Amino acid sequence: MNDSATFTDAGVEAAFPAGGPADVMLPAPCKVAQVDKETHDTFTLCLETKGGDGSPLFAPGQFSMLYAPGVGELPISISGDPEEPGRLVYTIRSVGKATHALVTKSAGDAVGVRGPFGTSWPMTEGRGKDVLIVAGGIGLAPLRPAIYHILRHRGDYRRLTVLYGARSPRDMLYRKQLAAWTYLPDTQILTTVDYGGLSWRGYVGVVTTLFRYTRLQPDRTIAMICGPEIMMRYVVRELEGRGLAARDIYLSMERNMKCGVGFCGHCQLGPYFICKDGPVFPWKRMQGWMGKYER
Amino acid sequence: MENASLLEILQKHPFVQGFQPKHIEKLAALGHELKLERDRIIFREGDESSFFYLIVTGKVALEVTALGRTLRVQTLGDGEELGWSSVLTSEGKHFQARALGVVKAIVFDGARLREACEEDHTFGYEMMKRLLGVVAERLQATRIQLLDMYSPAGAKA
Repeated sequence: MNDSATFTDAGVEAAFPAGGPADVMLPAPCKVAQVDKETHDTFTLCLETKGGDGSPLFAPGQFSMLYAPGVGELPISISGDPEEPGRLVYTIRSVGKATHALVTKSAGDAVGVRGPFGTSWPMTEGRGKDVLIVAGGIGLAPLRPAIYHILRHRGDYRRLTVLYGARSPRDMLYRKQLAAWTYLPDTQILTTVDYGGLSWRGYVGVVTTLFRYTRLQPDRTIAMICGPEIMMRYVVRELEGRGLAARDIYLSMERNMKCGVGFCGHCQLGPYFICKDGPVFPWKRMQGWMGKYER
Repeated sequence: MENASLLEILQKHPFVQGFQPKHIEKLAALGHELKLERDRIIFREGDESSFFYLIVTGKVALEVTALGRTLRVQTLGDGEELGWSSVLTSEGKHFQARALGVVKAIVFDGARLREACEEDHTFGYEMMKRLLGVVAERLQATRIQLLDMYSPAGAKA
């Protein structure tokens, strides 16, 4: 595939056959539907998909390997609504050649997709419980599908709390969406930034400072965390201090994933392959492994 | 009547959780209710303000001015403490504090609080334990903030 690749409907339909692709190492060609600018360096890429049997193409928390033709392949979390048909959505921070190539695509351009891969957020285990989502920076992207899922199946879950920290107001993802969600019943959305200017009237401080404004009931809460590893460590410490059991804490890990299916070993962390055994892990399995620099 | 009302408000404030009732009463006798309008500057950097505030409701921003711009470095909200240094020292303020909305607080004169702590060491010890907790929490938050963990470089820290 190259940058000028063209698509036939038959080819694109064949990319997502019911039951999954025949070869997990073969990127499926997808057409870019649109690219939206989220912040000064982060973009949301929406790909068209055809085929499949109408069931969700991924589970919240999973990722794809996205291939920018001629540049490189990267693991990117899926950030869209799992139940919205015909679309795969990714939020990408432009930090290198491959991510830059992806976010500068135009509608109709070609992108290769492998996956979805990996484990998902514990949406089944969370039923009947309060759900606490804690995100930092671009870590909100892999958690957004879980929020979509909860909002689509609102009766299955109790109170939804989202705590989101970003570096500054200009780095905050999905600001309009977060603002809209604050009006939903039984939903608490709190955002904070590490540094703010005078026009920012929200909270300033690290994301853990938001805990004091929440009503956490540890015996009926499940927590899902994604962000820089150091942030997740502090969040876990805060949650445990407030009585949440380790079995009710889940987090999404990131390492240098290459194959996506546990063949290559690039993303190995202790006994785990992040791409295959994760990226979503119960905290109990990550205790002792967080902070290990194996990238 | 005003004091009874203040006592009731104070009893619900997280700062005094675990205080003996007589110590809450002592603290209440030293405090005054305060209402601040939105955008009111509570104190400025360098001010020798000697007040210590327990925020009941509302949000307060701590700001620092550097290189010609004002940066908001922390916000404090319901149930938090503002101006802890007033209880320990009478030196000038290190930050500017601004009410981001209507703020209701209980305000104490730092010098009078220090005197009360000197007179009653049990009360003073409880006060200092809590103030140390506030300082430790702020120090820890500042350390995490300094990691700049959401930047591409900071994320690898």
